[in-house]
Order: sequence, then structure tokens, then C-alpha cells
Amino acid sequence: MIQKDLVEIRFHGRGGQGAVTAANILVAAAWKSGLWGQAFPFFGAERRGAPVVAFARLSRRRVRLHSMIRHPDVVVVLDPKLPKLVNVLEGLKSGGKVVINSASRHDLGKGEYSVYCVDATKIALDLGLVLAGWPLVNTSMLGALAKVLNLPIADVKEAIVEYMGKKKGEVNARAAERAYVEVSVSE
Amino acid sequence: MKLVVMHLTGNYAVAWAVKLSRVKVVSAYPITPQTTIVEKISEFVESGMMDAKIVRVESEHSALATVFGAASSGVRAFTATSSHGLMYMYEMVWWSAGARVPIVMAIVTRTIGAPWNIWSDHSDFMSQRDTGWLMMFAEHNQEVLDSVIQLFRISEDPRVYLPGMIALDAFILSHTTEPVDIPDQSLVDSFLPGRRQPYTFKSGDPITMGNLPSNPRDNMRMRWDVHKSLVAAKKVITEVDREWSKLTGRSYGGLIECYMCSDAKYFIIGAGAWVGDMREAVDMLRSEGYEVGLIKLRFVRPFPAEELAEVMRGGKGAIVFDRSVSAGSAGPLYLDTVAHLGALNVEVPVKNVIAGIAGVDVTYNDIASVVRSFIEEIESKGVVSNYVEWYFR
Repeated sequence: MIQKDLVEIRFHGRGGQGAVTAANILVAAAWKSGLWGQAFPFFGAERRGAPVVAFARLSRRRVRLHSMIRHPDVVVVLDPKLPKLVNVLEGLKSGGKVVINSASRHDLGKGEYSVYCVDATKIALDLGLVLAGWPLVNTSMLGALAKVLNLPIADVKEAIVEYMGKKKGEVNARAAERAYVEVSVSE
Repeated sequence: MKLVVMHLTGNYAVAWAVKLSRVKVVSAYPITPQTTIVEKISEFVESGMMDAKIVRVESEHSALATVFGAASSGVRAFTATSSHGLMYMYEMVWWSAGARVPIVMAIVTRTIGAPWNIWSDHSDFMSQRDTGWLMMFAEHNQEVLDSVIQLFRISEDPRVYLPGMIALDAFILSHTTEPVDIPDQSLVDSFLPGRRQPYTFKSGDPITMGNLPSNPRDNMRMRWDVHKSLVAAKKVITEVDREWSKLTGRSYGGLIECYMCSDAKYFIIGAGAWVGDMREAVDMLRSEGYEVGLIKLRFVRPFPAEELAEVMRGGKGAIVFDRSVSAGSAGPLYLDTVAHLGALNVEVPVKNVIAGIAGVDVTYNDIASVVRSFIEEIESKGVVSNYVEWYFR
């Protein structure tokens, strides 16, 4: 079979919410942790506000695949209302994981997957991460994802600061760290 | 050697390579998915990281004309385009090769309309195959960066003196982020000598180029020389790959790269980003006991005929995957492969699979399933029944 340690991740967000940015920062963070990564958007035009997806692959060796991800191991949902609009569980592997931006409840039902919740919207609002009225949740979700993937949060924080620059980066790194601490398995 | 790794999309890898190659003139017209190459180069120039002039133009035809003019006058010049932009540029593509002006162009491969489509197939790139340009594909973003630099060197070699184009798949490479090692500027400077070209336009030293030939035989000889120089480029390509490997530790095999070929009876042949998925397919088929190898076509012009023949002689079968088609005939990579293998007396049944057209996603599972049925057909019947197959998942 294909490389065994390969982890495939799908991000669900809305156009402009930073799902692609999160996937890109994840690759940089993974490199710091000694992993090879690959991040890509859905191949096509995107519109602000519309449901969008982005993808990432992580592995201990070079990822050779360039085809789309159809059966992710992990799904990250940036907007708690998205599951009403799109099937975020589509193709999710048995035993897979969902990381969702949600205060306490979620509408994902029960199945052969575990759900991790973090209130990324609250974290963003607390830290003043708001742009054009939108809470910026992508870096918080990245922190929560790091916890679920067992990635060192220090690497994620460093990658965020490198990507966004010191001023924007440091507050986003704080958001990631808080989400890393606060994310919990939903019963 | 210390690696300096950045996380780059394929398009940014092109931009970095252009910067490292000390290109002096860039001209392009925006088209999805090429645009971010020139956006990134503009950022380099604007911030003072790169000493180059960017010339804005109203079309791709003018973009290549501008780059041609700049290159003719003695500087390294670059452009990039996709799909309809390349179609609009077509006249100048021929002219640049005929005039023997070294230029490098990146083609972010994109389907040609109608209907409108921005996803990857290789129709735009492969439709340039008679022009006289060096033509190569990249499999991943590191190869994109390394190959753009190599292409300047090959293009400006006095044994070649022809322009070169590199294909990178739309979105699959152009917008996909991967770790890429950025070689040191001094390493690239030592690898790329100063600009060389067959003649230079200078003010105060007028010459005329490209006028009507007094004798068409001379013109025919010029076209023959384009062909001969492309064939001669094979040696240059191999040398350049070897030298780059010494400097960076990265070799791509020159013209072709073989994977698991030494004991293979069956071969998968392909070019572009899906070669990575083909590698996974080979691993999967090997674990099932199939004696399969992969031949990656890195260059398609010059076409590596003898190199393919040497690897495939004695084989039992091969499948050429084409991501474009010469409608009414077959896939262009297949047509080149069977013509040359036949002439070189390599008697291996070859099947053509046309797939991934218009951006249809093709996975390692798709590739493996096609190869399995092919091998089973050859083993049981000894012949290929459907030798040009359109594969719809």
C-alpha cells in the first residue's frame, strides 16, 4: 500500500476565512517537526463567503502524490454552521477525526469517528482577531489541529509568526496556543 | 551542504528560480493559473531583491515579442503563460526558435476551451511540440525550481542556442505548497555562466535578422539546424543534470528518469505532476507481484527515443499515459514513443491511455487498475485489444 504514515487532512471553511493559509502554515510547522508536508487549495475559483475546502498531507518522507484527497484522516471545520450546508464527513476514513470550531455542541451525530471541539470564535473575539466583521479563526483551528495530530505547539507558533510577521503573528500564535490547550473530545 | 528550505507553491518556485538566474527583463500578461509567477517576480523587483525590468503589455503575443527583443539585445529574459495565452502567443513561439534566441518560458498547463476551464491538462503545452523549443515537464516544486535554472543553462549553451519551455501542472503544482530548497546565489552563479547567445543586437552596430531568404534551401538548412541542435541538446541536458547533482545532490536523470526499471517487464510512461502518483502505483503493483517500472519523460523535445529504447528493449509491454490528445489520432507522447520504438526495432506492445483531460483527477488507484488489466490482457491473450483507451473514472 501507499506510504503508511501519510496523514491526509481536509479543511472546510468559507472563502476568505483563511483555510488555505492554515494549510500552508501547517506545512511549515510540520517541517520544523521533521515532517514533509504538502498543502493545496481546491483547484478552482473561490468566492468570499462561499463554502471552500483546502487540503494538506503530512508524512515522514517526501509526499509523492499529487492527486486530490478523497478519504481524509482528519477533517477541520472552521465554521460551525458549515455541516448544515455541506457534508463535512464525506469520505472520512473509519476511525477518522473531526476538529470543529464549536462552543460545546455540534451537529455531527455519531459514527466511526471522533469529534474534537474548540470555541475558536470566542478565542478570536477575546484576542481582537477580527477583520471586516469576521472573527479570524484559522490560526486557532491550527492550534487545535496540532493537539489532535500530536504536533508540538511551539513549531506551530513559530511557523505562524514567520508566515504573518511579528505583529500579526504573535497574537495569532497566542490564539493557536489557547486552542491547543482548550480543544477537547466531544462526548 | 545546508538546506535553506522555504514552503513554496510551484509558481513561487518558478519566481525564485528566475530571480536566482539573474533575469533582467520579464514581460507577461496575466492569465489564471500563471499569474502568481509574475506577481511574485514583481514583488522581488519592487522590494529591490531583484534587479530586473518588468514590461507590461496588452497581450501574450506582445509579451513574448518583448522578451524576444530584450533577449536579442543580450540579456536573460523570461515570460510565463497558460492555455489561451499560449495560443495567442503561438506565432512568436515559432519565431523565437527560428531566430535562435535563448529564452525561458514557464507554461502552467491548463485546458484549452471551449468550454472555459482553468484546470490542468497538457493540451496547451503539447501543441507546441513542433516549434523547435526545448520542452520539459516538472514532477514537483523542487524540480520546478531546479529545472528553470537548468533550462537557462541549456538554452544558452552554444551547442543548443534555442529557447526552452517548462510545463508545471495547473494548481496541482502551481498552487500547491511544498518544501523547496533554495540554492545559494553563489551556487547558481557558478552554475550559470554569463549570458551567451549567437548574435546580439546593439545600437551602433546594426545587423538585420529574419529577412526573406534569397534561397529556400538556406532556409531549409536553418530548420534542419534547429532539429540538429535539439538532438545535440540531449548531451547537454545529461551533462547539466550531472553537474547540478554534484552541486546540490539532486539529479532528475537528465532526459528520462527510471523508477524500478532494472528488472521490470512492464513499463508505465508519463510526464508531469501525476508521475508522483505513478510512483505510488508502481509500489502498490510491485507489492502485488507485478514486475512494473516507471519511465518519467522529463524532456519531450528533444524526444528521448534511444534512451527509452535502451530501457524497454526486451520488455513485455508498456502503457503511455497522455494528458492531451491529437484528436482523430492518439496521445502525442504515445505517437512519439511508438514511432521511435518501431524504428529502433523494439518490439514491445504499447498501449495509450488518455486520461486526466480537462482536469479530471487521476489517482494512483486509477493508474494501478489500468496497468493491472493491461498486464492481464497481455499475459492471457498476448495482444492489446483497445490500444488507444480513453479512461473515464
